[in-house]
Amino acid sequence: MKIRIKFERNGVMKFVGHLDIMRYFQKAIRRADFDIAYSEGYSPHQIMSFAAPLGVGITSSGEYLDIQVHSTRSSLESVERLNQVSVDGILVKSYRKLEDSAPNAMSIVAAADYEVRFRIPPSFADWQEKLLAFYRQPSILITKKTKKSEREIDLKPLILALDLKDSQVNMRLSTGSVDNIKPELVMEAFYHSLGLTLPEFCLLIHRQELYARTDDSSSCDGSNAEKTVFTALEDLGEEIE
Amino acid sequence: MIKPALSDEILLSIDKPARYIGNEVNMVKKDPQKAAIRFAMCFPDVYEIGMSHLGIQILYDMFNRQEDIYCERVYSPWMDLDQVMREQHIPLFALESQEPVKDFDFLGITIQYEMCYTNILQILDLSQIPLMACDRTIEHPFVIGGGPCTYNPEPLADFFDLFYIGEGETVYFRLMDLYKEWKCSKSTDRQAFLRMAAHVPGIYVPSLYEVCYQEDGTLASFEPKEEQIPRTVEKQVVMEVSNTYYPTRPVVPFLKVTQDRVVLEIQRGCIRGCRFCQAGMLYRPTRERDVEVLKNYAYEMLKSTGHEEISLSSLSSSDYSSLKELVTFLIEEFKGKGVNISLPSLRIDAFSLDVMSKVQDVKKSSLTFAPEAGSQRLRNVINKGLTEEVILKGAQEAFKGGWNKVKLYFMLGLPTETEEDMKGIAHLSEQVAEVYYDTVPKSERHGKCQITASSSFFVPKPFTPFQWASMNTAEQFLTKAHMVNDEFKAQLNRKSLKYNWHDAQTTILEGVLARGDRRVGAVILNAYHRGCIYDAWSEYFDYDKWLAAFAEEGVDMDFYTTRERELDELLPWDFINIGVTKAFLKKEWQKAKREEITANCRQSCSGCGALIYEGGVCIENQN
Repeated sequence: MKIRIKFERNGVMKFVGHLDIMRYFQKAIRRADFDIAYSEGYSPHQIMSFAAPLGVGITSSGEYLDIQVHSTRSSLESVERLNQVSVDGILVKSYRKLEDSAPNAMSIVAAADYEVRFRIPPSFADWQEKLLAFYRQPSILITKKTKKSEREIDLKPLILALDLKDSQVNMRLSTGSVDNIKPELVMEAFYHSLGLTLPEFCLLIHRQELYARTDDSSSCDGSNAEKTVFTALEDLGEEIE
Repeated sequence: MIKPALSDEILLSIDKPARYIGNEVNMVKKDPQKAAIRFAMCFPDVYEIGMSHLGIQILYDMFNRQEDIYCERVYSPWMDLDQVMREQHIPLFALESQEPVKDFDFLGITIQYEMCYTNILQILDLSQIPLMACDRTIEHPFVIGGGPCTYNPEPLADFFDLFYIGEGETVYFRLMDLYKEWKCSKSTDRQAFLRMAAHVPGIYVPSLYEVCYQEDGTLASFEPKEEQIPRTVEKQVVMEVSNTYYPTRPVVPFLKVTQDRVVLEIQRGCIRGCRFCQAGMLYRPTRERDVEVLKNYAYEMLKSTGHEEISLSSLSSSDYSSLKELVTFLIEEFKGKGVNISLPSLRIDAFSLDVMSKVQDVKKSSLTFAPEAGSQRLRNVINKGLTEEVILKGAQEAFKGGWNKVKLYFMLGLPTETEEDMKGIAHLSEQVAEVYYDTVPKSERHGKCQITASSSFFVPKPFTPFQWASMNTAEQFLTKAHMVNDEFKAQLNRKSLKYNWHDAQTTILEGVLARGDRRVGAVILNAYHRGCIYDAWSEYFDYDKWLAAFAEEGVDMDFYTTRERELDELLPWDFINIGVTKAFLKKEWQKAKREEITANCRQSCSGCGALIYEGGVCIENQN
C-alpha cells in the first residue's frame, strides 16, 4: 500500500540537510512502529522516497515523502503517532493513501509555491515596482552555470506566477526533474537586471506547497483549450478512516 | 523552540550546521533557571565523533534523571566555526540551551585519547574560561576531567580543577551534593570546594599536590600539600553492572555519526591480561551484564531511537559467557524487522563464522585477527594467547565458508622484539594466503584472496606491565616498517598481501603524553598557542610545531619515550590505586622478559589485586 506523508520543516530544522531529513524519517517511522516495507538483501532499507529536496536554510510547510506499507492505522492516528516521536520543527500534517498504481511524488512534482522575504531590505528605491516590471518582461534570459557547462535559459516560462504582498514576494516556480528553478535564482536575475549583485544570506525563503500538474482537458466553456491545473500533492491521496 | 546561539548567517556559511543546533530526538529539555547545577558535558572532538561515545550518553542520562541537575552537551567546533567564533568573540555554548558554557557550574571533559589534548585547550579558550586552573575565579565553572587518559592526568594537571578517576556511575552525585552545599554557603573560595571534593574517593585535585623532581628529571616526591588530603586516589568501579544507569533513550543525531546505532555494552573489563593493553588492566575486574537485562535494553533502545542497527561493545567480546544466547536472540528477534546486527570482532570459530554468515555478506566482509606480534616468542612476551595454529585453522574454516578477505593487526616496537619477530609478520600473512590456495580449489576461487596486515607502533602505557619499557624513536619505527614491507615483497604470494603502517610521528607524541608528568603541560600549552589543534586528524597534525614547542619549553621527548624506567622509580601516576598492584605489574614485566605467559582470569587467578573489589570474574564460581 502506498502512503503519502506531508510535513512542515521549521525553525532550526532548516539547518538539517536533505539526506539527514531522509535519515530522520527512516528512524521516526521505526519509532512510530509503522508496518513499512523493506527492500531485500543484507542491508534492507525502507521503501521511501521524497518529492523534492529542500536546500539548507529554507523552511517549508509543504514537504512530502511516499512510503510503502504492509498495513496501516488510520490517517489521524498515524499523524499523531509520528508527531509524538518527532522533534521541534518537524510536524506531520497529513498521511494519505495513494492508488496502488499512483506514480511517486518525486516523478510528478511540477511546481512549488515560495514566499520570499528580505532579511535585509533592498537598498534601492521602489524595489516592488522594479520587481514587477522585471517579471512583466516577455522573456528573462539568464546564463545558468553547471559544473560542466554554461547555457542560456529563459526564466520567464518557468516562473509560473509572481506577485507581491506587502514586502513579501510570492512565486510559483517550475520544480522537478525537468525544469527546476529556485527562488534565489529568480532574485539573483532580478538584481542582475539592475546591474546589482544579490547580497549573501539576504533572503528568507519559505516553501509553501508542492504541486503535481493535473491538466484538465474537459472544457466547460466549449473551447478546446487545455486548462493548466496544479494540484497539491496531498490532494492526490485519500484519508484513511 | 530554543533560539540558536549562532546567527543564520553563520550557520549557513559553515559546514554541517546541524552539529551546532541541538534539538535532536531524545535530547533532554529542562528549564535552565530551575536547575541547581548546570553541567556541561564535553567530548573534545568534532560532533560526529563525540556523539558516538557511549560513556557521555551514560553520564548525560544519569545526571538528567536528577531533577535539579541539567546536563548539556558540548563538542569541539570544527575549524571553520572555530575561526568565526574567535573573530566575533562568540562564547562556546552547550547544545541543549544554546547558552554559554562559561555560565555553567561544571564543565566536564572526557579524555579518551592523548591526541585530543590541544582540543581541550580550544574548548576552554572558546568558552572564555582561563586555560590555567589557577587563573580561574568564582565566575568560572569548575573544570573536571574523566576518561581513560586521566589514569595519568599529570600532563593536564594545570588545566583542570579536578579529575574523576574511574567509572562515573559511583560518586558523581556525592560530588554534586558537596557542590550544592558549598554553593548554598555563598562561599567565594573555590579552593574550599576543591578541598572538600578531594575527600571524595576517586576525586583528584591536582592543585592540592606538590611534585618535586630529582636532578636526573625523575620524580623525587609527590605529596599532598595539606595533611588531611589523601595520599592516594582510589579508582572508581561499578560492581553492579546489571543494575546501574544505562541510557535507554540515547540522543539520536541528525547527522550520520561514526556510531549511528544502538550500542549494548555487554561487559566491562577483560580477562586476558595482554601486557601492552591499558584497558585490560584499568577496568579489572571483568564484570558481565546480565543477558536478560541486555535483551530488554535492545528492545527499549531500538524503539526509542528508531536506529536500524545494533552492535555490542566490550573488550574481547568472545569472552562474554552468554554471547551465543545474546547474538542468537538479536538475530532471531530483529533480523526480520530490518535491523542490522553489527558484530564486534570475535574469535574465529564455528559459532562466529555461522553468525557472521547470517548477518554479513560473506563476499564483502572480512575476517579479523589480532596476533599483535609476528612470532610465538613475542606473543608470549606480550601474553597474547593467540597461536599460529588457531589463526591458520580459523582462516581455513573461513575460507571454506566463502570468505576471502582477512585483516591482521600487529604492533612494531614491542619490548624484546628481534628481526625474526618483525619478519614473522610477513611470514604469518604469507601462511594465511597459502592456506587459502590450499583450501579453496581453483574452480571455486573468485580471484585472489586479500590479506591485509597493518601495524601500529607500540606505545607503553601507564598501569601496564610495560609501563617501564623503552619506546622506539620515529626513525626506528619507520626502519622497522620498511623492513617488514621488504619482507612482504619477498613472499611467494605477495600479490595477495597488503601491508600498511601507522604514522610514526603521531605515535611518538602519544608516547610522550601518555607517560608524561606535569612539566609536559607547558608544552601542550605552547603547542596550542602555535596553532596545534585536532592533532588526531592527520590533515591538521603538525609535528614541526610540536617539536618547536618541546624545544622552546626545554622538555626532552626522549626522557619520556625511549628511556627505560627503573623498577624503583616513582612514576607520575603512582598516586592512583587501580586495584591492580604495582607488584603484580612488576612481576608481569619480569615474566614478559622471560617469555612466560600468564593464565587468563577464568583459567586461574594470577593475584593482580583486583580481588579487593570483591566482584566480577574474581568471585565467579565461588559462593
